[in-house]
Amino acid sequence: MSDETTNPLREQIQTAIEENPVLLFMKGTPDQPMCGFSAKTVAILQSVGQPFAAVNVLPDPRIRQELSALSNWPTIPQLFIEGELVGGCDIVTEMYESGELQQALGLDNAAPAQAPDAPAQEPAPLSIENRL
Amino acid sequence: MADSGAPATPDELKQRIEAGIAGATAEVTGDGHHFNAVVSAPAFAGLSRIAQHRLVYDVFGAEVGDRIHALSIQTKASTTESIA
Repeated sequence: MSDETTNPLREQIQTAIEENPVLLFMKGTPDQPMCGFSAKTVAILQSVGQPFAAVNVLPDPRIRQELSALSNWPTIPQLFIEGELVGGCDIVTEMYESGELQQALGLDNAAPAQAPDAPAQEPAPLSIENRL
Repeated sequence: MADSGAPATPDELKQRIEAGIAGATAEVTGDGHHFNAVVSAPAFAGLSRIAQHRLVYDVFGAEVGDRIHALSIQTKASTTESIA
């Protein structure tokens, strides 16, 4: 059943999740999201001032297959905080509006706010780890 | 199982969610590719959002992301099983 030990891509994904405290798997890049849901999730992270690592799943369909098998979550984007799947765009948006996201990220100014629209104009400082 | 040829409809998704999750009521809108589902079910009580959404995704399995291109979900735990 389990083929974790013989699946280097899944291991790489697992390692990325463990090593990056805030990691977003998305379609496209933070600067150039290729899907509205990914764009909105990026915009929310940027609006709370949270630096995050991002992995673009588009270059190789196997990234998405292995990620979904690992996380038991079918859609992209997927946000991981401290190694735990937080959710996709819907959950991140709900948590942002309720202030739970800011809490989960350990940010103090957890003022509930309206979710920002997808396009974020100015590039926020990010560390992009596209290691897959 | 599901014929991948036929386009998905909001009504189909609604029926499958309500059949797949005990006591669930669902409101589904969508255009055949992108859907939005608002689902209430007693089974959601006490579950994290992740777990609630997984219950809904599990109804459709591999169809999500494929035949059902995108499925936005909002979940609510219904506190009573029978609503007058």
